[in-house]
Amino acid sequence: MTGKARTAPGSRRRSRARSVSTHPVAGASHALDVDALIHDDHTRIVVCCGSGGVGKTTTAAALALHAAERGRRVVVLTIDPARRLAQSMGLTELDNLPRPVEGVGTPAGGSLDAMMLDMKRTFDEVVEAHAAPERAAQILTNPFYVALSSSFAGTQEYMAMEKLGQLSAQASGRWDLIVVDTPPSRSALDFLDAPARLASLLDGRFIKLMLAPAKGPARIFSAGFGVVTSALNKVLGTAVLRDVQTFIAAFDTLFGGFRARAEKTYALLQAPGTAFLVVAAPEPDALREAAYFVERLTQEDMPIAGLVLNRVTVPSPGLEAERAQAAAERLDDGDGDDPLVAAVLRVHAEQARRSSREKQYARRFAGSHREVPIVAVPALATDVHDLEGLRQIGTLMAG
Amino acid sequence: MTPSDSGPQVRLHIVSGKGGTGKSTVAAALALALACDGKRVLLCEVEGRQGIAQLFDVAPLPYEERSIAVATGGGEVYALAIDAEAALLEYLDMYYRLGRAGKALDRFGIIDFATTIAPGVRDVLLTGKVYEANRRRDDDGTPEYDAIVVDAPPTGRIARFLNVNREVAGLARVGPIRNQADSIMVMMRSRRTAVHLVTVLEDMPVQETIDGIAALRESELPLGHVIVNLVRRSPLDEPARKAVLDGRLTADAMAAGLGTAGVRHSPELVEGLLNEAVHHVERLELETEHAMTLDRLGVPLVHLEQLADGVDLGGLYDLASALREQGLV
Ligand SMILES: Nc1ncnc2c1ncn2[C@@H]1O[C@H](COP(=O)(O)OP(=O)(O)OP(=O)(O)O)[C@@H](O)[C@H]1O
Ligand SMILES: Nc1ncnc2c1ncn2[C@@H]1O[C@H](COP(=O)(O)OP(=O)(O)OP(=O)(O)O)[C@@H](O)[C@H]1O
Ligand SMILES: [Mg+2]
Ligand SMILES: [Mg+2]
Repeated sequence: MTGKARTAPGSRRRSRARSVSTHPVAGASHALDVDALIHDDHTRIVVCCGSGGVGKTTTAAALALHAAERGRRVVVLTIDPARRLAQSMGLTELDNLPRPVEGVGTPAGGSLDAMMLDMKRTFDEVVEAHAAPERAAQILTNPFYVALSSSFAGTQEYMAMEKLGQLSAQASGRWDLIVVDTPPSRSALDFLDAPARLASLLDGRFIKLMLAPAKGPARIFSAGFGVVTSALNKVLGTAVLRDVQTFIAAFDTLFGGFRARAEKTYALLQAPGTAFLVVAAPEPDALREAAYFVERLTQEDMPIAGLVLNRVTVPSPGLEAERAQAAAERLDDGDGDDPLVAAVLRVHAEQARRSSREKQYARRFAGSHREVPIVAVPALATDVHDLEGLRQIGTLMAG
Repeated sequence: MTPSDSGPQVRLHIVSGKGGTGKSTVAAALALALACDGKRVLLCEVEGRQGIAQLFDVAPLPYEERSIAVATGGGEVYALAIDAEAALLEYLDMYYRLGRAGKALDRFGIIDFATTIAPGVRDVLLTGKVYEANRRRDDDGTPEYDAIVVDAPPTGRIARFLNVNREVAGLARVGPIRNQADSIMVMMRSRRTAVHLVTVLEDMPVQETIDGIAALRESELPLGHVIVNLVRRSPLDEPARKAVLDGRLTADAMAAGLGTAGVRHSPELVEGLLNEAVHHVERLELETEHAMTLDRLGVPLVHLEQLADGVDLGGLYDLASALREQGLV
């Protein structure tokens, strides 16, 4: 480490990023080489996934910036970024389109466009693109559609994948790398499951049943149908039933398209140019979910690039927790600066203890997932809310 | 002064907050706190994640109320994992005697449709079950539960979740669902209900808390406490933080102190320790800023410390007494 330990009194000290950039995790077979990943022209899509609050958005944005400044032409799709981060990336236009990010270093010939997903708008656009104007208008105002497009659990995940499909279709010539953030998922890979779940719901027997009368003399009086409609009428009222029918009939034309596109996106995710980064905090819960993600992705033949262990504690080396603690106790009753030094030693002891706990969690993960390369990113003292912060994370991540 | 100091006592506690801030943990601790002194408390979850079972280290909960913990002083906490589909079938059976037709609905995928796509139905069902438990009386007319705690959806969805009236507006202007929604709304807006928001001292959770409070106000839903969770204690007091930041604690003084304590030290170690302290104080300052932002909101706050070894059953009891000491119960 270079630099002076002393700062002139009166001037505020600022902590610098630790020079520790590669932070090997014992037990992992090899370290994740993020630079190699983004320098590889074959890498076309990077998906950052992980449980809530671990740093998916930060990782996606940092990686995108880093790649852009190393010469890739990048578009990053973010989901609900923190307000200040959004502002610093110029994500203030809500038109659901990528825009150039200002302040990106472009000497290497790269570029960075960014967008923030608007799920309802994305859904509306799909409807508008695939239904005749009159029919589209009918769908867009239907209460069932409004509910589906704005609050159905999984719509956000579904629309993130839809947008990825669109970006990928528009990419050629404009972008050579797409970085995708994912919504906070909870013990599930919702972005993989949501399209299928929605498609199966819309393909279900109920829909067929409701469509049947509209489609002429079908076997509508099958056993159970009478019971069902009368029950529905009783509970919901006939007006509601009519809304349901309009919704389903209007949507009918779109179902096929939805399914086909969902399948295409799924194939895109399995393609060799795609890389999944699983992001986790060095905590038992987050790592447990990361393990689950890794297993699911493997089952689905999705290419995993590695695990980003974000916000790890990096204590300054050279003094163990127990010794720092003991030294602090010896200084407690001293005079002058002794109590102050004792307090600083206690800070260190805490950091060191925390770090050993984190390492233990990471080792446990690495031990049962030897095939997954890992890179650790230290916790910065402050939040990451501007390009400078993203650059710092990018450098720490890529080494 | 806390809301429970004045007016009727709160019976229904809804716990929300940003994802991962500790909603489930706080809801469980609050249930234990409310159950002190022989009270009966129901703790509900609504997101199908079996968070309660994990916290109390018991087998996954069925759609059925069962006792899961005894509180200090002999009270009891019951738990219920509310499931929208089961609630719908139960509802149909209870009000329409649709036992068999209910099954037919299920076969046709209608239950699935109603609980996933139909606007607001899912939330009416989930809150409807809470409503039913809240109203339930013993034979002698006393309420079955003294209090109910709901481990609710996160802040981003909480106003929508509770404001079922607005949600079903598009679906039903009249009729049974509408009536049900109206009754639920009366309960939600009552002075015996409080919505607590859990946060931690970080940028996004604090922002979500502010947005959540605005959304609750807009929907006329009663805000209870903001619960600041995972508060860290620091070895550095205020003067020490200053000394570290403005460089009054010099490398020489640090080295001398290490010498007195008998720690062998290099300039690198001294530099490293000082840097670490600065890093630590910067983080604390950021937390202080967030704490001040919360203070300025003028809403009642309570604080829960970060438990060093994570949350186990013992930890839940500790958090419960902290909630009592700060007057939330
Ligand atoms: N390495 C880091 N050091 C310091 N702060 C970090 C680091 N990584 C992320 N953060 C901060 O942590 C917070 C959460 O990060 P972020 O928004 O990226 O998480 P997320 O996984 O996208 O969350 P969500 O699940 O809510 O979408 C942000 O305030 C961010 O600035
Ligand atoms: N006071 C505390 N001290 C230490 N750890 C805590 C504390 N409160 C919560 N935790 C831990 O933080 C993590 C998140 O807590 P919890 O599951 O209660 O959050 P949540 O808001 O319910 O999350 P989700 O949004 O995923 O439902 C858990 O690992 C929990 O053990
Ligand atoms: Mg995010
Ligand atoms: Mg929870």
